This record gives sequence, C-alpha cells and structure tokens, in this order.
Amino acid sequence: MIKLVYFAWVRERIGKSQEEMNLPENVVTIADLIAYLRTLDDGYEAAFQEPQVIRAALDKTHSLHDAIIGDAKEIAFFPPMTGG
Amino acid sequence: MPNQDHNNLAIRVQIQAEDFDLESEINHLKQFGDIGGVASFTGLCRDEGGQLSALELEHYPGMAEAQILEICHEAFKKFDLIGITAIHRFGKIAPGENIVLVVAASTHRQAAFDGANFVMDFLKTDAPFWKKEHLKDGSSGEWVDAKDKDDAAKDKWR
Repeated sequence: MIKLVYFAWVRERIGKSQEEMNLPENVVTIADLIAYLRTLDDGYEAAFQEPQVIRAALDKTHSLHDAIIGDAKEIAFFPPMTGG
Repeated sequence: MPNQDHNNLAIRVQIQAEDFDLESEINHLKQFGDIGGVASFTGLCRDEGGQLSALELEHYPGMAEAQILEICHEAFKKFDLIGITAIHRFGKIAPGENIVLVVAASTHRQAAFDGANFVMDFLKTDAPFWKKEHLKDGSSGEWVDAKDKDDAAKDKWR
C-alpha cells in the first residue's frame, strides 16, 4: 500500500486530499502512476490531463516524472507552487 | 516538526497560521553573533484592484518546512550569514495582511541582502504552497498561476 496525497486544484479535481492504494505491478515510475490514475475515472483524468504541468514528490522530496517509485511510502501530486 | 535546525545553526523555519512580528524576529537573531546588518523581506496579500476578499494559502505539511529549511541551508553555504529566519503563513489571509517573512543577519549588509533575496527566490518556486483567490462578491476565485518570471528569478543564482 502506498499513500497518495493531492494539493490545490489537483486535490479539487480528484475530489479527495489523500488515499491509500495498491499499485499494479507495471507501475514503476511516477509517469506510469499518472498514466494509471488517468484510467480510473474522470476526476483523475481532469487532474492529470496536462501531465507536464504536474509536480510530484516522493516521500516529501521533489521528484521528476521518470523517478522510480521504489519503496516510497508517500507520493504527492500538485500544481506548480505559488507561495511567498 | 523541529523548527530549530539539528546542527544548531541559527536557522529558524516556521509554518504557521498566526501573524509574525519583525522586531521580535530580529531580536531572536541577535543571540547568534556580532550582527552588523539585517535584511528582511515581508510579503503581503494584495487586493488585486479591490476585487479580492482573501487569499487562501494551502501547504504540504512536513514538506513545506523541510523544503524551506533546505533553502536556508543553501543560503548559509553561499553567503556569509550569521542567522536566517523564514516564516510562512497558511490559511485565509486578507488584503494588507502578512504572508511571508524572511530575515537574514550577517556581519555586513551584502550577505544579508543576498541571503534574504536568495531564500525568497527559491521559496517562491520550490516550497509547496498554493494560493487560491476568494473574491469580494463571495465567489471562490481561481488558483493563482505560477509565473515564469519566478523561475527566471531563481535561475540568476546558478
């Protein structure tokens, strides 16, 4: 089981802030996970329709889409940051 | 979350709903050395031509602290700093209220200016915060878009 967390409009489009999930065996990278989530329902599809703008973090560290998920416990997806 | 860095450097990072006080933050930094200059930046909520009733700041707890701490460490490596404090608020913030504070202390002014500038530039693009607009007509507005010029500001330090 891995914990997925979502922020800002990614969270709003998916309709939840977090969930736990068993990943299919063919999901190896963050890009694989995004492709898999898009097949689940319209909310995920709306959130990830432009995957190139989505930022990801593995265990609270910024990670590129080609990063291998490995034994990460938490994956976060969010839009570009607008703090400060 | 630990607010004080483990290596006992004079780095203080706070993510909080409450407001902050610049003068008490400057006083906090004075304990760490013979400070000759302090530079600070305070970011405030604009009203965007009178349309905005509030900004709502969302953050990623844990990662927000860790990311800003890492940026402060980088600033320490790059500039001759004595201490640095970064405070970022979350929740609903009305126009005119404070959002973010960075205070950098050094023996001389240049490192203090550079340290505060550097931390702000990286905080804007790398710290996991997001702003949503709430409008005066009661409606919930848009999520604020990230700006290319913020990435450009960060690139000048490379």
